[in-house]
Amino acid sequence: MNSCLLSIEDLSVSFRTPEGAARAVDRVSFGLNQGETLGVVGESGCGKSVTSLSILGLIPCPPGAIESGRIRFEGCNLLELEPEALRRLRGRDIAMIFQEPMTSLNPVLAIGRQVAEPLMTHRRLSRSQAMAEAGEWLDRVKIPAARRRLEDYPHQLSGGMRQRVMIAMAMVCRPKLLIADEPTTALDVSIQAQILSLMMDLKKETDMSLLLITHNLGVVAQTASRVVVMYAGQVVEEAGTADLFDRPFHPYTQGLLRSMPRLGARRAGGRQRLKEIPGIVPAITEFIPGCRFAPRCPYAFEHCRRHEPDLFGIRGGQQARCWLRHYPERRRADA
Amino acid sequence: MPEAPLLQVTELVKHFPLGGGMLARPRAWVQAVAGVSFTVGRGESFGLVGESGCGKTTVGRMVLRLIEPTAGRIEFDGQDIQQLSRQRFSELRRRMQIIFQDPYSSLDPRMTVEQIVTEPLRVDRRTGRRARRETAAGLLDKVGLRAADLGKFPHEFSGGQRQRIGIARALCAQPQLIVADEPVSALDVSIQAQVINLLQDLQQEFGLSYIFISHDLSVVEHVCSRIAVMYLGSIVELAPAEGFSREPRHPYTAALLAAVPLPDPHHIRAAVPMEGDVPSPIDPPSGCPFHPRCRYVLDRCSVAKPHLIPAEGHLVACWLNDGRGLE
Repeated sequence: MNSCLLSIEDLSVSFRTPEGAARAVDRVSFGLNQGETLGVVGESGCGKSVTSLSILGLIPCPPGAIESGRIRFEGCNLLELEPEALRRLRGRDIAMIFQEPMTSLNPVLAIGRQVAEPLMTHRRLSRSQAMAEAGEWLDRVKIPAARRRLEDYPHQLSGGMRQRVMIAMAMVCRPKLLIADEPTTALDVSIQAQILSLMMDLKKETDMSLLLITHNLGVVAQTASRVVVMYAGQVVEEAGTADLFDRPFHPYTQGLLRSMPRLGARRAGGRQRLKEIPGIVPAITEFIPGCRFAPRCPYAFEHCRRHEPDLFGIRGGQQARCWLRHYPERRRADA
Repeated sequence: MPEAPLLQVTELVKHFPLGGGMLARPRAWVQAVAGVSFTVGRGESFGLVGESGCGKTTVGRMVLRLIEPTAGRIEFDGQDIQQLSRQRFSELRRRMQIIFQDPYSSLDPRMTVEQIVTEPLRVDRRTGRRARRETAAGLLDKVGLRAADLGKFPHEFSGGQRQRIGIARALCAQPQLIVADEPVSALDVSIQAQVINLLQDLQQEFGLSYIFISHDLSVVEHVCSRIAVMYLGSIVELAPAEGFSREPRHPYTAALLAAVPLPDPHHIRAAVPMEGDVPSPIDPPSGCPFHPRCRYVLDRCSVAKPHLIPAEGHLVACWLNDGRGLE
């Protein structure tokens, strides 16, 4: 069973702010198996991006600080690695793609050069060998007339094409783990479908693992085998994808799934209201005693507001950070 | 005779110049909107959907005359708004308002909520200060904020709350029509539902008409009663929202719907529904704008542009449209 490629254990990350220290990631733990796609979902400020940046040592310190935890990649704790050793790992064994391809590509370097760079750094290929392989990769990510575009600059490409370049750059060294942080959020829906399909094809071919960070539950349902739901810096639920969508346990997960308008759900006549989650996402500087979701939870009772729940096992591999696990009678049908 | 629609848009066209300057002639023209016609009924929500660059935002802005059309006619409440004198138009314009996508850049950071919300009243100087304050407090209550928020500045609010401030500002002049341009796209999922519900409640209370512009088909299907799908400056399909996602008649609508990632792990999308990028509106394809990406393409599609004609309760601009439908 234990083919765990990446495991994050008890990770806490805080940032210094004018309002005091803000804990953006609070004792987060989850693991990712070889060849698996794990979705991390949550709304803005839930800590999903900070978690992923910590894996690659990309948290700016200061103002950020990793307070505690371990990030094990193939058994070795990345948080204890020398910067030089981490640099060797980055781009070779672990690669990352970001939301906005325009700001993550270098605007004054031709795209062929950017895709070739990891090959020259990590595999010590000569420039011409690296360029040849870069051309192959641009072709594999379906950039039309790829070899003629090696000399193109990012601004000459559309958003979808830029994201393909980012994927080629991430894939050239055949990483064991690809971290994709909102890879399709800035793209139109038809391009999003193309990019997701490309990523899933490449994943299948290379047997890499994929950590997909997104706010889009549709994207997760379509791609991930397991899902971690984050809220206010914490993991609030973890489950296999089918379980999460069929039998969500945490009231926040349930609320998210209920609040989305769904295609084809419109019924003839009559006004339909969405089931909203009341209140707002708390600011990360805000201190909330007990369960972080209690102020917005329809089932919250006194115990929730005083005591913070652990991640309790529900069934199978499903876990939820919610007292309803021990007080099921508090889940009322009317709420 | 049925009541005239609140808004009637006929053959609206907008070409933006590219390059050039005060004296130089433009290098090229971007055909942002290429002949768009539709009506919006009283109390109706009319949806404009499409991908970036399809012209949906430009149409919304032209309706409010924030952008002057190159050609075409816009009638609001029976009056051709381009024929009106400046003063008559500014009176009429109070009855049409806009809500923007980005709740951060659309509010002046140096103005208090009270100033922002009552700006439409200060423009015509007919309302005194105390009356303005009362109005502002009433509006905040309507959009789910508190009168205590009147003296605060935009940075003190979350994205969803700012969008509520933008909505209160739009309501201030008691409009009949609100152009809502991606009003929930920048918001978190849990906040989206709150703002959508608010917009629907306000519509019912004040009998508002909306032009609801969005790239999110699920949201538009939920909010609107009729939906126009735009592609490269043209409406390719205009359909009632009921059944919209079940029975698309235009190949582009079908492909767009098939590209939406469904939040259901038991329905995994198989093939990529549409290859390639949207072509450039500077040099749009001949004939039907969608023909280079269409899987049903016929010879005539690259030659002549199809018109919007009725097909089983929809209006569809497609040469396949001879009753056979798709498949």
